[in-house]
Amino acid sequence: MDKKYYDPEDLKKFGDVTEFQKELGDKFFEYYGSVFEEGALTKREKALIALAVAHVIQCPYCIDAYTDETLQQGCSEEQMMEAVHVATAIRGGSSLVHGVQMMNQVKKLSM
Amino acid sequence: MKSLIAQSHSLADPEVQLDIINNQTEKVKRLEKFESKMDEIGLFPLKPTGIEIFQINVGYMCNMTCKHCHVDAGPDRQEIMTKETLEYCLDALEHSDIETVDLTGGAPEMNPHFRWFVDEVAKLRKDIIVRSNLTILDTRKFEDLPQFMADHGVEITCSLPFYNRRRTDAQRGEGTYDKSMKVLKILNEIGYGKEESGLELNLVYNPVGAFLPGDQESLKQQYKDRLWKDHGIEFNDLFTITNLPISRYLNFLVTSGNLDEYMEKLVTSFNPAAAEGVMCRNTISIGWDGTLYDCDFNQMLKMETENGSPQHIKDWDLDALNDREIITNQHCYGCTAGAGSSCGGATT
Repeated sequence: MDKKYYDPEDLKKFGDVTEFQKELGDKFFEYYGSVFEEGALTKREKALIALAVAHVIQCPYCIDAYTDETLQQGCSEEQMMEAVHVATAIRGGSSLVHGVQMMNQVKKLSM
Repeated sequence: MKSLIAQSHSLADPEVQLDIINNQTEKVKRLEKFESKMDEIGLFPLKPTGIEIFQINVGYMCNMTCKHCHVDAGPDRQEIMTKETLEYCLDALEHSDIETVDLTGGAPEMNPHFRWFVDEVAKLRKDIIVRSNLTILDTRKFEDLPQFMADHGVEITCSLPFYNRRRTDAQRGEGTYDKSMKVLKILNEIGYGKEESGLELNLVYNPVGAFLPGDQESLKQQYKDRLWKDHGIEFNDLFTITNLPISRYLNFLVTSGNLDEYMEKLVTSFNPAAAEGVMCRNTISIGWDGTLYDCDFNQMLKMETENGSPQHIKDWDLDALNDREIITNQHCYGCTAGAGSSCGGATT
């Protein structure tokens, strides 16, 4: 069977989610569009943030989409990979910082 | 690297190129035809708004063989505009109020009549743009050209597909970035790119891969910051140009498996405002042999100006050309995507 959970073609159908719930879908896409407009942050900065977040949530659609977007926005390979490292550092750090909780518990339980 | 034509590559044939962008895959076949898209917004048939730019392709010979080149230019190309054809161009210019003469190639500097022609056009008091690949100015034969162009008030518009070495060299060949930086510094030294000098130095960005250009103003700022910080280089403006799916760039799309996605991207990014301002409406393109085209891309696809309108520089008739219908095909989506694309950058 040729079934797969992630199909790149599905990304192009993202807008179709309004088919089952139009009002909320429309609101989401309007909000989404506004978020990525130039604001206090540039479109380029927002694209780099989105690329980093895409790696944290490990969404293949978002990784493809924001790789394309950051390239379009003129980001270099180094900048894109540094964004991924920022994501990795925060993600790894969030595990490691729980080590303090483990240490606290060890110290409480130990003689 | 040899040109596609020297390799006897099938993609050197314009008919094959047009067939690929229209029929290569089921997906490509299903894409709406450009004519129909233009018809929906009342722009078909597409008519000129009035010719303002006289773009001459003075020859396909070039010292480089860039991977994306829509001309398929290179050292092995022999097509060069003769002095006789250049004289026809001068005659046409003399008898029209067209203000801008845009010289392209290949490397236009390699035409043996380049200096004479620039001199003659300057006498007609026209604005002259030379599209330079920069590296040609780093050769002994041409190293005095920057000063020559400055003396004639020539605007230099040059290719620099990215502000860093990695991407520039990936597209244009190893060593291109360093040579380009060297020449840009020389141009700066004689006043090019300095606000007060009146000598315009503009850079051309085009994506190094299967993606569209981003915001022109933002890219210009990034280039300004990086080139100044890394090299102390200044320039006036940056033009973003979308790669059109023809010739070597088409070859890249096909061999890298990006054709469907890229064509789809161009079509879904169709922007009616960009369609309104496409450059073929105010430009005429003259081929190395004097044949007239609606743009340099149509020239490479051998799609001549409309049958019935003047088709050779010998038959120059501005009124008749301003009344012609512009010939289009699926590659034209490249000029109407996103913020639009032209030899002068974004069109919206």
